[in-house]
Amino acid sequence: MDTIINIIQAMAREMVAPTTAAVAIAVIGLNVHFGFTGLLNMGQAGFMLLGAYGFAISIVRGVPLPVAVLIGFGAALVFALILGAPTLKLRGDYLAIVTISAAEIVRFTGRLSVLTDFTGAAQGIPGSEYRDPFTALSFFGAGSTDIGFLDYSNTGVNGWWVRFVAWTLVAICAFVVYLLTRSPWGRLLRGIREDEDAIRSLGKNVFAIKMQALIIGGMLGALGGMVYVLPGSVQADALGRSMTFFCYTALLIGGAATVFGPILGSIIFYTARIFVKSVANAYVPDSIMSSSETESFSYIVVGVILMLVVIFRPQGILGNKRELQFNA
Amino acid sequence: MPDQTTSPSLADPEARRRLMADVDATPGSKKSDPILVVNNIVRQFGGMTAVNVDHLEVQRGIITALIGPNGAGKTTFFNLITGFDKPTTAGKGAHWSFEGKVLDKTSASSVARMGMVRTFQLTKALSRMTVRDNMMLGAQKQTGENLLKSMFKPMWGGQEREIEAKAMELLDRFNLLEKKDDYAGSLSGGQRKLLEMARALMSDPTMIMLDEPMAGVNPALTQSLLGHIQSLRDEGMTVLFVEHDMHVVRHISDWVAVMAEGRLVAEGSADAVMSNPAVIDAYLGAHHDTDLGEEEVSEEALAEIIEEVAAEEAGRDAGDERTPDDAGSGGEETKK
Repeated sequence: MDTIINIIQAMAREMVAPTTAAVAIAVIGLNVHFGFTGLLNMGQAGFMLLGAYGFAISIVRGVPLPVAVLIGFGAALVFALILGAPTLKLRGDYLAIVTISAAEIVRFTGRLSVLTDFTGAAQGIPGSEYRDPFTALSFFGAGSTDIGFLDYSNTGVNGWWVRFVAWTLVAICAFVVYLLTRSPWGRLLRGIREDEDAIRSLGKNVFAIKMQALIIGGMLGALGGMVYVLPGSVQADALGRSMTFFCYTALLIGGAATVFGPILGSIIFYTARIFVKSVANAYVPDSIMSSSETESFSYIVVGVILMLVVIFRPQGILGNKRELQFNA
Repeated sequence: MPDQTTSPSLADPEARRRLMADVDATPGSKKSDPILVVNNIVRQFGGMTAVNVDHLEVQRGIITALIGPNGAGKTTFFNLITGFDKPTTAGKGAHWSFEGKVLDKTSASSVARMGMVRTFQLTKALSRMTVRDNMMLGAQKQTGENLLKSMFKPMWGGQEREIEAKAMELLDRFNLLEKKDDYAGSLSGGQRKLLEMARALMSDPTMIMLDEPMAGVNPALTQSLLGHIQSLRDEGMTVLFVEHDMHVVRHISDWVAVMAEGRLVAEGSADAVMSNPAVIDAYLGAHHDTDLGEEEVSEEALAEIIEEVAAEEAGRDAGDERTPDDAGSGGEETKK
């Protein structure tokens, strides 16, 4: 019985974790790309990493927090412009190729030892170097608070303050995306997803709209990256290809082209993984599967879940079946 | 520009006939009030020249049909003038203009904004959007399509209601009103054609270009589509359409331009064009008078004929009375 309670508690802790919120923000951005506009961005982790680098390096160099955040956004903006300018006029697949390569370029550049002074190379930038201005903003005070079994310090490294900020940002981002997508601009995005040429024949500047979508989604990715590194450290490898695929998994589970799908998907993705991992740890003897193997096993199970979702419920949990029914 | 300018009077068939009566029925002839002028537009795909039009003028306010056999370059020509494709001669003498404004370097979306809206041969209904959303996308100058303003509904809510009212009116006219909340993907082929045409009309175009509007539409719907096209003309819109069905062309077009192998080969009224030898050649092939069956017979039954002739000759030799005609024709067959 204790084991079951432990598993549930571990899942709940993962659910409210700031990293879950951070990924949810990045997935909201990816949803603007993939779900609403049909842009196959395979490099969302690159946007996240750039946001994280822009933010952390600026603060380490003594830039005030708001400016550092803007620099993080700026990095994503420039990245989106560089990626989009040559590829948005081409067919969708090319954007996928370019974005996945560009994200890898960002990651490997971050790992370069010549850049140790900036990015900390493969070691990364420890959170202690850039976290202080953020924790200084906290109005939660010192000490710690228990809510049920969730027991965190109010302000500390990985406490209630970063959780509060992270989930507030998730709510704001979801609301902004809701406002954008219910508008005629959002209608244009869906139109472009369906058929670019038709939209062009109606006198709309398709390239400009796609670029706007790429920038907005990329900036949300950058914001996700900034939140992601707050409780930990900036490490290039943490925001690599696999992060992009986690984002896609979360998006497809929750339901693309919906407002809450990305949030629900991220929560399910992380809690399901913890569930599989803890159950395997608790009930499968070490002789069959060691605890490091259960970690990999949990990803395998999540991968299988993704396949099942795509085959049997292609619209995701919250998606509209009718939006996916006609493949004319 | 002479006295004949666009006026609602073009709804009168007699007026249209008078208007076009003075126009030379030759390829690239001058029109009294051309809305679209195309010069020296060439498109090559590798070594194949798909379109090579020296000069074409489209008269304002009437229905012009663009016909031609398969592969004549009609759709490519449409793509070129609407900005969906670039001519090989771009910058090397290709010029085309719409209402006097040069379109040489204009993008597809700008062409549409100038008032020349097209539809597609393979209908581009936005399947996973509702009929209503499809229609709403057609409207121009929407404040809510600006990224910064789109987040604030009061800035575009009023305009949205106006657009919606207009969309409902058009849907009603095209008998699609009860489908307004259905996804466009659930419509039939003919209904999608109607939807695409209605959507194009949302932008209040001055000229509408229809690429095979009747393809795949059932005969009952064809009648109502034709009615719609004619009523557009009667409201003062210029219509240019590509079509294969000769009955349709004869029925509604005021002027016909014929393309074959990328070139403009004839222009004129529907009746004149259809009796034009160049057009008949284009459709039926220059050798359409040759009886292919004759050759087949001579090939297959050559031996038999030789035998027959030989028998005939043998008979004549024997003093039998044969008409010289029969013998002559038999001899010709053998020579082939």
